[in-house]
Amino acid sequence: MSRDDERRTNTAHILNEKRRLSPPMTDDEARRKMAGYSRRGFLIGGLAALAGLLGWRWMSDETKLALYRRTFEFNEAVSQSLYSPLRLAPEFPPERVSPRRVNGMEGLEGEVDLSTFRLAVGGLAGRADDLLLTLDDIKNLPRTEMITELKCIEGWSVIVQWAGVRFADLAAAYNTGDLPPYVSLSTPDQKYFVGWDMPSIMHPQTLLAYEMNGAPLLPEHGAPIRLASTTKYGIKQIKRIGRIEFTSERPRDYWAESGYDWYAGH
Amino acid sequence: MRIRGCAGYAFAHVRDIGLLNYNRVIDLFMAKQIETKHTLAIRWLHWVNFPLLAMMIWSGLLIYWANPVYGLKVFGYELFHFFPQSFYDGLGIPYRLAEGLQIHFFFMWLFVVNGLAYVVYLVMSGEWRAILPVPGSLPRAVRVALHDAHIVKTVPPQGKYNDAQRIAYTSVIVMGAGSVMSGLAIYKPLQLAWLTTIFGGYEWARWVHFWLTIAFVLFFFIHVIQVAIAGWGNFRSMITGRDLVEAEPTAPGAGEAEASI
Repeated sequence: MSRDDERRTNTAHILNEKRRLSPPMTDDEARRKMAGYSRRGFLIGGLAALAGLLGWRWMSDETKLALYRRTFEFNEAVSQSLYSPLRLAPEFPPERVSPRRVNGMEGLEGEVDLSTFRLAVGGLAGRADDLLLTLDDIKNLPRTEMITELKCIEGWSVIVQWAGVRFADLAAAYNTGDLPPYVSLSTPDQKYFVGWDMPSIMHPQTLLAYEMNGAPLLPEHGAPIRLASTTKYGIKQIKRIGRIEFTSERPRDYWAESGYDWYAGH
Repeated sequence: MRIRGCAGYAFAHVRDIGLLNYNRVIDLFMAKQIETKHTLAIRWLHWVNFPLLAMMIWSGLLIYWANPVYGLKVFGYELFHFFPQSFYDGLGIPYRLAEGLQIHFFFMWLFVVNGLAYVVYLVMSGEWRAILPVPGSLPRAVRVALHDAHIVKTVPPQGKYNDAQRIAYTSVIVMGAGSVMSGLAIYKPLQLAWLTTIFGGYEWARWVHFWLTIAFVLFFFIHVIQVAIAGWGNFRSMITGRDLVEAEPTAPGAGEAEASI
């Protein structure tokens, strides 16, 4: 292919790529003009880069943290506005269940005596004191099973077979009034605690689980009862629940207090 | 060579005007033109993308550290694991997952807005014509690579960009879209379950997200090396938008028309 042929197949012509050319000028004039463009371009670009860099440096850690927290809240509002309780996470066949993986032992010190175990439920409409439920009370509610993927905020995931009671079924059985916007859950020793928004905890794939992979929950997985959900990361799926409280105030959350997203929702 | 060409041109047209064509003579001195290569929007969107992408990759590293499972494997043998401990320690990455998530989910908005603005601008302005691969781009891009490697001497055709650049700059847009999509698939695997399913599930979405990031880093290094090789004029054109080019010989009577553009 000759040079002239190359020119004709110049890629610029194929899509009518436009060239924007100034009128011809002398070498001197061109250089002078280019020097002017360079001065302006590098000055504005340099100043913009410097402003960005210094602005970022100058911003205090507190300001940044506040900015990030507000962004988490903004992202939460966007998620909530697009949230639909009808959407379900995929379920898996039993052969896809992963080897179990233990992570997070906060609030699991000591042992739970099943004969004296009671799940306290507070904040029920028209009731000042806590409702105390035995494990059998909970097991008498409709049983739900699901094989779903648990996602850890660290980035890994496991497929787990759960059995338990839909939180929504517990709420329907014991909380006949209007539901407040939040639920707070904590371990018996109060050392681990999570806050949930009502739509996520009322999702059909949010269970108060008492069985995992076909057997009663092991202590390290949250015996006798824990949350299992497709709507949030594992940090929100609190093990060994001691108390549940319906509340109109946004509850404290263990990991949110270390800078993680309070909502942490899928 | 230019002077000879112009003089030839001028003499060929002497009979038309009886004397030397004024334009042709002027041509001898008016040897340069200033070409506007990158518009103001392209330059700002390009440079703003640089720190945004850097922050996305940096915060991505802080997040990836918490579950660093990928490696470069050949026939089951791992050649390189992402990443060695010295890499994490050297950059101060360990135990900053929460911070990584904070940064990632803040800058994602800016990264997406800037990227969308870029794509919309390319479409609206017609600048896409300079970037989209055209029929025959792939074989010509191979010739560009061979030429760059000093294996082939013939210079491949070049518009604003050559075919290798067209493919690279279009790919990087597709990669950006892929990163955003796979990111959303990891971020909202329940509300966007359909998207996660398209990626083959949560684990594969994370795999895609990781490898696209590696591809971005490779793109960055090749891009910087190529810019360094292409020289100052080319780099300056991304700052000023303009480049100095040799003037094309004026067609008869075209001088006035060009001047009025």
